[in-house]
Formats: sequence, C-alpha cells, structure tokens
Amino acid sequence: MENEEMTTPTTDADRRRIGVYICHCGGNISDFVDVAAVRDAVAADDNVVHAETTLFACSDATQHDMVERIQRDGLDGLVVASCSPKLHVPTFRAVARRAGLNQFQYTQVNIREQCSWVHSDDRPGATAKAAGLVRAGIGHASLSVPLEPVTVATVPSALVVGGGVAGLRAAVGLADLGLGVTLIERTDHLGGTVGGLGAMFPSNQSGRELIAQLVAEVAARPTITVRLETELVAKSGTFGNYEVGLQGPAGTDPVTATVGVLVIATGFASYEPALGEFGYGIEGVVTLPEFTAMVDASSGPLEYRGRPVGSIAYVYCVGSRQPGGNEYCSKYCCTATAHVAVQVAALDERVAQYHLYRDVRTYGVYELLYEEARKRGSVYLKYADDEPPAVERRGDQLVVTARDTLTSSDELEIPVDLVVLVTGMVPAENHDLTKLLKLPLGSDGFYNEIHPKLRPVETVVDGVLIAGVSQGPKTVSESVASALAAVAQSGAMLLKGQAELNPLVAVVGDACAWCGACASVCPYDAISSVEVEGVAVAHIDPSACKGCGGCAPYCPNEAIDLLGVTTAQVEHMIDGMVGPVREEVLVS
Amino acid sequence: MGAGHGAGAASPRILVFSTANISDPGIDLAGSQHRHYASTISTITVPCSSSVQPRWIVYALEHGFDGVFLAIDGDECAYLPDCNARSSRIAAQAQERLRELGIALERVRMAALCSVCSEAFVKHMDEFAALLAALPVEVAA
Ligand SMILES: Cc1cc2nc3c(=O)[nH]c(=O)nc-3n(C[C@H](O)[C@H](O)[C@H](O)COP(=O)(O)OP(=O)(O)OC[C@H]3O[C@@H](n4cnc5c(N)ncnc54)[C@H](O)[C@@H]3O)c2cc1C
Ligand code: SF4
Ligand code: SF4
Ligand code: SF4
Repeated sequence: MENEEMTTPTTDADRRRIGVYICHCGGNISDFVDVAAVRDAVAADDNVVHAETTLFACSDATQHDMVERIQRDGLDGLVVASCSPKLHVPTFRAVARRAGLNQFQYTQVNIREQCSWVHSDDRPGATAKAAGLVRAGIGHASLSVPLEPVTVATVPSALVVGGGVAGLRAAVGLADLGLGVTLIERTDHLGGTVGGLGAMFPSNQSGRELIAQLVAEVAARPTITVRLETELVAKSGTFGNYEVGLQGPAGTDPVTATVGVLVIATGFASYEPALGEFGYGIEGVVTLPEFTAMVDASSGPLEYRGRPVGSIAYVYCVGSRQPGGNEYCSKYCCTATAHVAVQVAALDERVAQYHLYRDVRTYGVYELLYEEARKRGSVYLKYADDEPPAVERRGDQLVVTARDTLTSSDELEIPVDLVVLVTGMVPAENHDLTKLLKLPLGSDGFYNEIHPKLRPVETVVDGVLIAGVSQGPKTVSESVASALAAVAQSGAMLLKGQAELNPLVAVVGDACAWCGACASVCPYDAISSVEVEGVAVAHIDPSACKGCGGCAPYCPNEAIDLLGVTTAQVEHMIDGMVGPVREEVLVS
Repeated sequence: MGAGHGAGAASPRILVFSTANISDPGIDLAGSQHRHYASTISTITVPCSSSVQPRWIVYALEHGFDGVFLAIDGDECAYLPDCNARSSRIAAQAQERLRELGIALERVRMAALCSVCSEAFVKHMDEFAALLAALPVEVAA
C-alpha cells in the first residue's frame, strides 16, 4: 500500500471495517475523475474492507447492494463519494438504518459539485483531489461513533404565513390532516393576487370565486384560526416546538402560539416598470395586472379613459429575462396574455392585437390558448433580445416601433390605442420576515428550497417550508401543488408526534476544570456546571445545544468537541486531503 | 516537523472551512455552474465558522496546506448573532500561533460567503492562490 509508513499504527482491535462507494454519477463524475484510480488509492487503507465504484450510488439496486454488503461484511462505517450532501444524506442514512448500521457512521463525500464539475479541465488534478477527499471521508468515518438522535415531542399544529391561494390551500390541507392551523395575512383580506382576478386560465374559473370557495372551506374548519393584518414578529424554540410571536393590527397586543412547523406562502409582487421603461408613464401605456382588471370590468367593447380601444400592442418580458436585472422567466405571463387576448376578442372581435414577444412560453396544455389567440386574430411578432420595441406618443397617437425577426428585417411602426406591458413577478417585500427566519434567498430573490426536485418545499431551516410564488414564479395550479407538497411534508414531520433533533452536539471531555468560559459564550444556555465525584465540570444539555460549536474555541483546555467534527476527525481529514505524497515531502 | 511552503508553486494548496447551510451551497453552486478553480483547493464543512478551532488552522498549515480560508456567514449566521466577531477572534488566535512558528500570517484569510456567492468564491480562491504563490518559502522550526 502506498502510505504504509504514514498510517497511524493500528492494532486489529481498533481497525474499522469501512465500505467505500465511489460514484460515476452517470458520467457527471467519471468523465472528469478517474474513479477506478480513486478506488485503488483507498482500497488498501487499513480501515477499509471494501471499496467499489458504482454507476449510480443512489439507485435502488446499489442501495440494495450496500445494505447486503454492510450486513454480510459486518461493516461499521460507510463512505459514499458522490454528489453534494445536500441531496442524498437522508438517502444513505436510510441505507445505513436498513442495514442495522448506525446512521451517523456514514460519511458523505462531495466529489461532484466540489470536484468533477469544477475541475473538468484537469483530470489528474481532479482525480488526485477526489482521492484526497475520499481519504478524508474514510478518516472521518474511522472516528465515527454511533449516535442516537435526541427525540422531542412535537406540537401538532402549523403556522401558515400568507393568505393567498397557496396559503389558503395549505391551511385546508393541514387541517384535514388533523393539525391545528393558524393562518396569518398581513393585509385586511384573504386571497392575494387571485382574489382580485376575474376569469383565469386555463378553465376560465373566476379568481374571486375560487378564493370565495377556499375561504368558505377555511371557515368550515374550526381548527383553523385566521388572523388578518397580522405579521410574524418573533420565533424561538426548535423544530417541532416553535414559539411564534404574532403582531396584529396597530394597538393590539402581540399574541404567541406554539407550532410544529411554519409554511411560508408570502407570494409575490408584480414588477413595477421604471418611468420611461417601454414608455411607462405615457398615457395609454398600462401593465398586465392593470389591463386584466380593465378587461374583467368590461361587459362590452373595451374603453380606455372614455375612448374606444381598437388596437392593442402587448410588449412581453417586461421586468423578466433582463440581463443584469430579473434574469428569470416569470412563467405565467405569456399564458395570461394569450388568455386575456382571447377575452378581448370575445368582447369585440374587431380589436387588432399585436403581441411583441421574445419567446412564446405557453407551455404544456397552455399551448392551446396560444393557438386560440392566433385563431381569433392575434398577431405575434418576435423581437430580438438586443432590439427591444420602442414605445412613444406622437401627438395623439401611441406608436410602437419593432422589428419582427421572423418575417422581415424592416422596422415596423404600429400605431395603437393601448400598450400593455407584460410585467413579470418579483419577490414580495419581506425583508423583516426573511431576516427573522434566516431564510436563504436564491439569486432571483425568491426563497430557496433545498433541492428543486428532491426536497422542493423544505428550506435549510428545519421545519420551515415554502409554498406558492414565494419560492419563484408559478401559476395557480403550480402554487396549489406546492402548497399540497408542504402539507404532505408537514404531516410527515408532525404526525409521528415526535421529532428527532440533530445529535451532533458539543460534548465536554476530561480536560475540563470548570472555568465557566464556555457557559458564558453559549447563547442558548445549554451549558451548566455539574459535580462529578466532588469536582465541578461543565455539562452540555444535548436537547438545548444547537450544535453550533461556538463554545469550543473558548475553552482554554480544548476540552470541548463537536460531534461530527471533532478535532481528531478534522486532523484525520486534513491528513487525508494532503495525502501520502505530500506527507513524504513533509517528513523528509 | 517542518512545514515546507513552496514559493511560486503553481497551485498552492488551500483548505476552506465552510458552513453547511450558507457557504457550502454557494460553493456547490460554483459546481453546478461549472465555474473552475484550482484542484488543489478542498473544503471541510462545519456548522458555523465560529466552531473552527485555531489549532485546526495551525495543523493544516503545518501538515501541507499553504493557506486556510474561513468562509463565514457574517450577519446571516443562524446560530450566533456575534458570529463575525467570534470568527475574527479565531483567525487572530491562529495567527498568533503562526507568528510564533514563523509562518506568514497572510496564510489565513477570512471572508463572508453567501449561499449564492459562487462567483465571489472563485474570485476569492483565485486571489488567495495568487497571494500564496507569491509568498516566500518558509521552513518552520
Ligand atoms: C395579472 C395576473 C394574472 C394572473 N392570471 C393567472 C391565471 O389566469 N391563471 C393562473 O394560474 N395564474 C395566474 N396568475 C398567477 C397567480 O396570481 C399566482 O400563481 C398566485 O397568486 C400565487 O399565489 P400565492 O398564494 O403564492 O401568492 P399571492 O397571491 O401573492 O398571495 C400571497 C399572500 O401573502 C400575503 N403576505 C405576504 N407577505 C406576508 C407576510 N409577511 N405576512 C403575512 N402575509 C403576507 C400577501 O398579502 C398575500 O395575500 C396571474 C398573476 C397576475 C399578476
Ligand atoms: S412567461 Fe413569457 S412574457 Fe413571461 S417572462 Fe417568460 S417568456 Fe417573458
Ligand atoms: S455548541 Fe453552541 S449551542 Fe451547543 S453548547 Fe456550544 S455554544 Fe451552546
Ligand atoms: S471552557 Fe472548557 S474548561 Fe472551562 S468550563 Fe468550559 S469545558 Fe470546562
């Protein structure tokens, strides 16, 4: 073996029996890292009894093999080198549990996001680094100890923040699971954006009616408490047992509630164009929400400020897909515009409608609406990303200038009575809430889930779930789907009646000679002094400790270790990363 | 044991201590976006940068790493309101020990890194690597 002289001498008794799986991830890893070489570099490690490469570590077949291997070879440690721990730690912890191995004796090593994908130009370097990371993982696992999660009783209730379609649907679903629900809404009415809409795509159902139905459903469930003009102002406690402070209308006293989870469904705001952006501010230039309200209020031919509207230009992607601005697609607007164009044609089929778009994103079944809008006379003109249409008023006439990239290179001047700016969605203003909950935002400014496919409504804050457009642009049906996902996830978390707390807490070792330094820097009051054989020493309460490790660097005797990242583990990991080659250099 | 820190080495070895919930996602994002940095840079995940023990930093520099980078959460830290000050104290304590050992204090760096700071991370790494590559060789006693 390559690093024989460097290995800490081990007796057979303290050798571990670790299994190592190195994943190809299809080719995501193995195209850039020589996974077989990585396996060969670690297979001879004293603590490794089995090392193999696998096409997909997370596949059912490989998981099954792992369980069998752990049982047959009596493994006491498992190392999986694959993707980011954000994705599959729960998967492989479950594998360990199924095999009867303590789940905290499994270590995840990230050789995809932090290796193959960032060193795809450097195969030898990526391979050497991957070997180092896997050695570090083995070092970590070789010092792992079995741990049992601390379990605490959970409260069978939820707080839903935001009374739009997502929050309302979540409240109904949670109540139907038997959970108590407090629903808070910061305005004086429920319904959010949908509450103000008339006929909606795809079924022409009225938004107002949909909300009225949901509000009736809420009212019919006595286990739901609705608080209007109320915001979340405080949160303490731990997952499963949060105490929340709610501030109602001015002049009222704040109230508190105990809840197991929080569902955040705070929605969005419509993009507000800057003055002058595509002519915004000129008379006759309106935004899509203003226009849908106009159409909703009309029973005959459209009028704008008392004058009939005979022609309309829609300018798409305003406030969406702008390099350096909101770079994302707002998703609902192409379809909402096709839908409103069909309604306009139904009010008065003579209205000329010009759609100045970049791409038509009426996805899935919404394609039919696009077809219908065109059948009813809408004209679609594609403008180039770098040549947006110009909107100006010449005397009494609004004029839109654009070039249709699909038909001719000539510039078109389209005189119209009304210009509709197809504005996108932006995150709702919620600075205080975001800060209070410490919710991570994505680069688009919406709340970020842990993984869009694997853990789509969970956030990195335990027990805080997100639903609806607070997470990013969605239609009503997509908002409702995410609300129901949050309901299902809440049920999974709370219906057992107990939650497992992270057992990776701080522990005090023999070197403690009670000085109190650690206790004074723990903001969670988790440390107190206890007498052991007549001597005072520090004691850390595992159910109060958050596992931040903040106390450890304050101990003058270096007596505190954080489980999962003990000093010995970190040193082993550093040794593993540096690897045998560098060690030879050091020792010589 | 002596620490051999190579001058002018093409790719200095950098150890990053990164936080599980905030800077790790930022560093992972660099991966999802296929932004390149040197393969001699590796990361150890900690719950909070305030849990890094000064002796870990010293150990890394004595055992083959050329630089240690603390990615901190700044005001975003979910655990400790004074996380910035605590992390600075840890870096300063490590540097005190490095001074005694004759290791350049510049080998320890600290900066806030958020969950979408992928570009910033790569920039930090490039700059830190360039700085480390320019440092003179030291062989500590
Ligand atoms: C003009 C327009 C037309 C549309 N037409 C359609 C259509 O035809 N079909 C379709 O499928 N979709 C349509 N949509 C999209 C649809 O509006 C959204 O999918 C839907 O509103 C998302 O619901 P939500 O509950 O996530 O958010 P919202 O509707 O934004 O509701 C969020 C609620 O949370 C409240 N809130 C925010 N912050 C707080 C806080 N801190 N504390 C308490 N409460 C808070 C808000 O006051 C609001 O009531 C349209 C959108 C627009 C703008
Ligand atoms: S849905 Fe259409 S209008 Fe809206 S941002 Fe996407 S492409 Fe632009
Ligand atoms: S790890 Fe954090 S929460 Fe736990 S005892 Fe130490 S300072 Fe307190
Ligand atoms: S700081 Fe260290 S020595 Fe002092 S009480 Fe805490 S654990 Fe004991």
